[in-house]
Amino acid sequence: MTAVAYISGAVALLASLLAVTRRNAVHGALYLVLSLLAVALVFFALGAPFVAALEVIVYAGAIMVLFVFVVMMLNLGRVSEAQESVWLSPRSWTGPVLLALVLGAELAWVLARGAAAGPARPAVGVKAVGAALFGPYALAVEVASFLLLAALVGVFHIGYRATEDETDAVGAPESRGGVED
Amino acid sequence: MPLEHALLLAGALFAIGLAGVLARRNLFFILMSIEIMLNAAGLAFVTAGAHWGGPDGQVMFIFILAVAAAEVAVGLALLLRFYHARRTVDADAADRLRG
Repeated sequence: MTAVAYISGAVALLASLLAVTRRNAVHGALYLVLSLLAVALVFFALGAPFVAALEVIVYAGAIMVLFVFVVMMLNLGRVSEAQESVWLSPRSWTGPVLLALVLGAELAWVLARGAAAGPARPAVGVKAVGAALFGPYALAVEVASFLLLAALVGVFHIGYRATEDETDAVGAPESRGGVED
Repeated sequence: MPLEHALLLAGALFAIGLAGVLARRNLFFILMSIEIMLNAAGLAFVTAGAHWGGPDGQVMFIFILAVAAAEVAVGLALLLRFYHARRTVDADAADRLRG
């Protein structure tokens, strides 16, 4: 199991480094997803399976979908068409696929070993985390819900103003000619 | 995986994220680098929690998750607004404080 943790850690480092240095935003997002999945395997190896599942569902799932969504919203006309053809070339996706295969091999190994491949330390499961979250940390949960509500209201406000400005810009004749997309 | 090695991994991931924030000028990559840094902080929490065998590290990671979700939502909304105003995602284009 320590081997799984070390290999996943190496994959996380490599994928993060590649994510930060890519020129194309979608390539960077692909490598970032891989980095998050690798960190999730490290969590599992450390004996935190609940947090590993949360990392995959919330981080690699929801948050990265937001990133990709915004990249797709800001497609830059002719530039993005040239990028589309680059995305479909094998050169751009072999790197992420190879790193993902390493993680997949680790996952298959852990599943094949069954209970013998569990973490070295006793795992802290969902029950203990939930009891702590809604016991001594209940006030912090309420504060986190405040934070999420504030983010919701703030994003609604910012996005509302943005769409208003966009319709203004499209309605104005001089800006319609100037913008290519 | 001993405590020291996992903390070293978290530190290295944080350093990569910090270098990305400092070096990149594309706002997408700055936001992604912030995600990497938050994730590294969460890894340090979970590592410490696993070392002492308590659930507190995982609870703190859940709070980091909430903070990251709020941060990325606000950050991407500001990015969209910035793009509509400037027609670019280059952070250096935001050098004028007057609108």
